[in-house]
Amino acid sequence: MKDNRYSESDVTIQPVKIAARNVQVYYGDSHAIRDVDIDIADKTVTAFIGPSGCGKSTFLRCINRMNDTIDAARVTGDIRIDGEDIYDKRVDPVQLRAKVGMVFQKPNPFPKSIYDNVAYGPRIHGLARNKADLDDIVEQALRRGAIWNEVKDRLHAPGTGLSGGQQQRLCIARAVATEPEVLLMDEPCSALDPIATAQVEELIDELRQNYSVVIVTHSMQQAARVSQKTAFFHLGNLVEFGDTDDIFTRPQDPRTESYITGRIG
Amino acid sequence: MSDIPNPAAPFADPRGASLLKQDGRTKRRNAAEGRFKLYGIVAITIGLLMLLTLLFTIISRGTGAFQQTYVTLSVPLLEDKLDKNGNRNLEDIKKVSTFGYSPLLNAAFENKIETAGIDSDLKAKAMAGILSKDAAAQLRDHVLANPELIGSDAEFEFLTNSRVDGYLKGRVSRDSIANDKNISAEQLDLVDALIADGSIEKRFNLDFITGADASDARPEAAGMGVAMIGSFAMMLVVLVLALPIGVAASIYLEEFAPKNWITDIIEVNISNLAAVPSIVFGILGLAVFINYMHLPNSAPLVGGLVLTLMTLPTIIISTRASLKSVPPSIRDAALGVGASKMQSVFHHVLPLAAPGILTGTIIGLAQALGETAPLLLIGMVGFIASNPPESIAEGLMSPNSAMPAQIYEWAKRADPAFYERAWGGIIILLVFLISMNAIAVLLRRRFERRW
Repeated sequence: MKDNRYSESDVTIQPVKIAARNVQVYYGDSHAIRDVDIDIADKTVTAFIGPSGCGKSTFLRCINRMNDTIDAARVTGDIRIDGEDIYDKRVDPVQLRAKVGMVFQKPNPFPKSIYDNVAYGPRIHGLARNKADLDDIVEQALRRGAIWNEVKDRLHAPGTGLSGGQQQRLCIARAVATEPEVLLMDEPCSALDPIATAQVEELIDELRQNYSVVIVTHSMQQAARVSQKTAFFHLGNLVEFGDTDDIFTRPQDPRTESYITGRIG
Repeated sequence: MSDIPNPAAPFADPRGASLLKQDGRTKRRNAAEGRFKLYGIVAITIGLLMLLTLLFTIISRGTGAFQQTYVTLSVPLLEDKLDKNGNRNLEDIKKVSTFGYSPLLNAAFENKIETAGIDSDLKAKAMAGILSKDAAAQLRDHVLANPELIGSDAEFEFLTNSRVDGYLKGRVSRDSIANDKNISAEQLDLVDALIADGSIEKRFNLDFITGADASDARPEAAGMGVAMIGSFAMMLVVLVLALPIGVAASIYLEEFAPKNWITDIIEVNISNLAAVPSIVFGILGLAVFINYMHLPNSAPLVGGLVLTLMTLPTIIISTRASLKSVPPSIRDAALGVGASKMQSVFHHVLPLAAPGILTGTIIGLAQALGETAPLLLIGMVGFIASNPPESIAEGLMSPNSAMPAQIYEWAKRADPAFYERAWGGIIILLVFLISMNAIAVLLRRRFERRW
């Protein structure tokens, strides 16, 4: 284990980026998320851990309102990004999602060229004035996605032809191309092999310089490796939230302790 | 093992048995599997045999319609019969009806026998009886188009009548015409002599594909062309209406509509509509488009509207299936980078679903092309369109028939010559259907994507 080297270096206190209060999510009759209060800091990697079905992905999808696309889902409570309520009637989820990028569990590049994959977001948001501008944005995004060197010679090859790890980094590049402020990652490494996982984890640590990153993961080692803050979810409740170091070494709640020692989950 | 409640079956103890010997249970299982494979092969063989029989029947009976018997004659275009004033005034020439041309045909036969040295007791008029009833009109049309030919001898190829045609195709024999008033044994002798002379021959008949239908007395002149135009006009209407409406409806239902009991009811009803017998759509078309909206009878526009109603469920169902088959991860990806719902559908989902949509549309069109029942009710069956329409608007609004309706019409007429044409029409229809399906398969192959 690379241990908690990032956590130890995380001494500066960052301002709060996302503040959630009393968040409830219902899927039809079932109450998927109960009373979640959490403050997610800027320029920090926050990991959500917990057993399957505990609601960590559901909560993640509340932050960019992806739950809106599910008819049965209903969200109440208060989630603020930079103090603005994202569930306010005036908020257009489309604008929100440009600000809160998302990377999904399974790499899902569009069946188009690598270039078009990355350029799509900037194009629909009108971020580029001309072709040269767009080329710059694509290059920057691919560099930040740590995949530029591998694909710079074949930008017009289909994105679906890349390997799994490359596809996931392409998706990360696609997400950062729209200049988001928050990056949500829903188990970004669960479909990848260990080498690709290591590359993506390294990338996540670099992304921390510019974004507030929230990552859902099943792997506690991964949470320990990449995150500074960790939140443990269990049965729809946020059980414990704190510095990654503390969660893994001095858990306050017996359920957290059981989970990280492998007794539940 | 004691909790398996199967006391009746003998307890098989697998332990200690040799692997080289099959036990009873395995033997029975293998036998069952073998039997099942055999049933499958038998079923497929029966199906293939039926298909082969069908194809063989259609081809063996239908190919005759693509050939027709022609007789070559040199007709003296006598000036004193056709243009009494001798000034080549078209109006004067038009006054001579087809009756005025019949003597010329008789004369042509008399000349023919003389020059070819054929011995026949027949009167000239009886000789001309082997020609199609169309011959005089054909001659007149040609003279009106080329009045300068008057006064000379012109070489013509005339259709023979359907009995002579049948004689050359083996359908008519001297025995079978014993009670036939349309042709006599002497006339067949003349035909034999003309065949020997090389004046009568059977060859490919383009008019069957391009020509118009003909009346009961002239099966030899009947063709599929105008009905084909009617079918094309209907397909145009179906394509223009059903594709956009169907695709728009499916996109809305699949991507935008809330999932509640109203959409559930709509969904169930669309599936039910696909199973409604086509004649029901026909009577709906009769009631709504003709009786209520007063659109013209027998018009391809009405046929197209009725077939649109019939095709819509097919297109909607196949479009929804191909939209469903686009993985949700693509929608998530588009929404994740901040695309609106509509952008995600039109930029990503629809292009990926397009091959499936097109395939479904072509299959729906092919189904509509072969449909006869609704056309019965709006009057597109039994109508004899003698001329091809002159414009697209006329093609849509003026009465016409359609390919399957034309086939049905021919099949129910008495003359066996029409029966042959019905089979020939089926070949043409099948060629269209097979090519449409081939296009659908090619499209699917060409644009198939894997993720």
